[in-house]
Amino acid sequence: MKPVMQICLFSLRDASRNMWVLLYSTFFALVTFGLFQFQAHSGKVAVSLMSLCLVLIPLVSVLFGTMHFYNLREFTELMLTQPVKRGAVYIGMYLGLSTALIISFVIGIGLPLLIFGMNNPSQVISVLVLMIIGSILTLIFLAISFLLAAIFDDRGKGIAAALSLWLVTALLYDGLVLFIAMAFSEYPLEKALLVLSVINPIDVARVTLLVQSDLAALMGYTGAVFDRFFGTYLGVTLAMLSLAIWVAAPLTFGLARFRRKDF
Amino acid sequence: MIQISHLHKRFGKFVALHDVSLSVTRGRVTGIIGPNGSGKSTLIKSILGLVKPTSGSLSVNGQLLNGDAEYRRWIGYIPQLARFPQDLLVHEVLAMIKSLRGKVAVRERELIELFDLDRELNKKIRALSGGNRHKLNIVISCMYDPELLIFDEPTAGLDPVSATNLKDFIQSLKKRERTVILASHIMSDIEELADDIVYLLDGSIKYHGTLRELRVQTGQPLLERAIVQVLKGNAA
Repeated sequence: MKPVMQICLFSLRDASRNMWVLLYSTFFALVTFGLFQFQAHSGKVAVSLMSLCLVLIPLVSVLFGTMHFYNLREFTELMLTQPVKRGAVYIGMYLGLSTALIISFVIGIGLPLLIFGMNNPSQVISVLVLMIIGSILTLIFLAISFLLAAIFDDRGKGIAAALSLWLVTALLYDGLVLFIAMAFSEYPLEKALLVLSVINPIDVARVTLLVQSDLAALMGYTGAVFDRFFGTYLGVTLAMLSLAIWVAAPLTFGLARFRRKDF
Repeated sequence: MIQISHLHKRFGKFVALHDVSLSVTRGRVTGIIGPNGSGKSTLIKSILGLVKPTSGSLSVNGQLLNGDAEYRRWIGYIPQLARFPQDLLVHEVLAMIKSLRGKVAVRERELIELFDLDRELNKKIRALSGGNRHKLNIVISCMYDPELLIFDEPTAGLDPVSATNLKDFIQSLKKRERTVILASHIMSDIEELADDIVYLLDGSIKYHGTLRELRVQTGQPLLERAIVQVLKGNAA
């Protein structure tokens, strides 16, 4: 465990000085600050932030993770010539980068919220849930980025795959779900839509945030079904299970690929 | 020091190494030469465990390479391209390697002074010149005084003064009875430094012996001409 922590701390120190990580934090801080200027109600600020986080966190995580992996390729080789197991290098780098991005995100939205304050405890919970979901999305999309970089030796192909995956999960998937909902509108689709939502990590994150912030009521009957399902222990457990699988699966496959990889 | 037996390595359809068997003697400098794409880097990366062999076996210091990383304590590797995380300080990179190895870096101070890196220790990696990065790489790889040192194209990209200093350093390793492997396509470097020669072509060993034997066998004092003579002999 010791080499993993050493590489993690080292990777965290390197990433925390990276200009893009600092910009990421600054961007969230400026947007949150701006939202407070235009919207007096802090609950609405949380909702606007939620929409931004669901698009931006996966994009930044998957792109930054892939590019970071390629940029450190020669140094990764140097670490692999030390008496350290490959698994320790991979997991250490992943944990270090994840921690840097999560801290950057939490500080970015946390500082303005601390300054402007929350009106009531439910809003505090909303923001905390947003921070947790944002952190989980970071873990998921960084794990995916490391997997893609471990698969593709060519930097261009790796980045193209990362962007394509973000495009599908963040944008196209919703279009597909909407198309299915319209094409089969005469059938009872609630259960099918529930299943489809659990498959895509961004949808799981979105539904969890919506249900938690009481906005599901605005979504009509389907929203009520979602609220009823994801408001239960079973629903929450399934959503968390889906997110956990989305972290563990790419991490496991990426590690297996990294162990076999030729440098 | 190193035993390689029937080593094959394939990248897709490309055969990088074909039935390579080799024994590297302790305390000698072995030059691995060959044109670009002949398999030099693949061979040394196989010894380092960076490339996984398709078949065959390797052992270093009597330990069979089977995925365990501990044998790398005996090895220092100096790659052709020295790249480190740009935003770290030089002393932080050194500290990181030391924390991973966990033992006292016996030659650290001596090497920092030898390569005149004292003034660079508090600089960011991105502020270092290419030559200084290469020197840092040498310090990292040699500060534990490993028994085996592997240099990949050691003088490529270095100015004449740095290249000469590096060659002097390799000579000093020889005097300390360290085993050194040099992979290069610069024949003059090999002629100056190596005791033994391995000539690779298309992933196969075409010649393995001492530099002296090669010269005597071919009647050619120059390594380049001696190799051509060997190839003509093989063709005939």
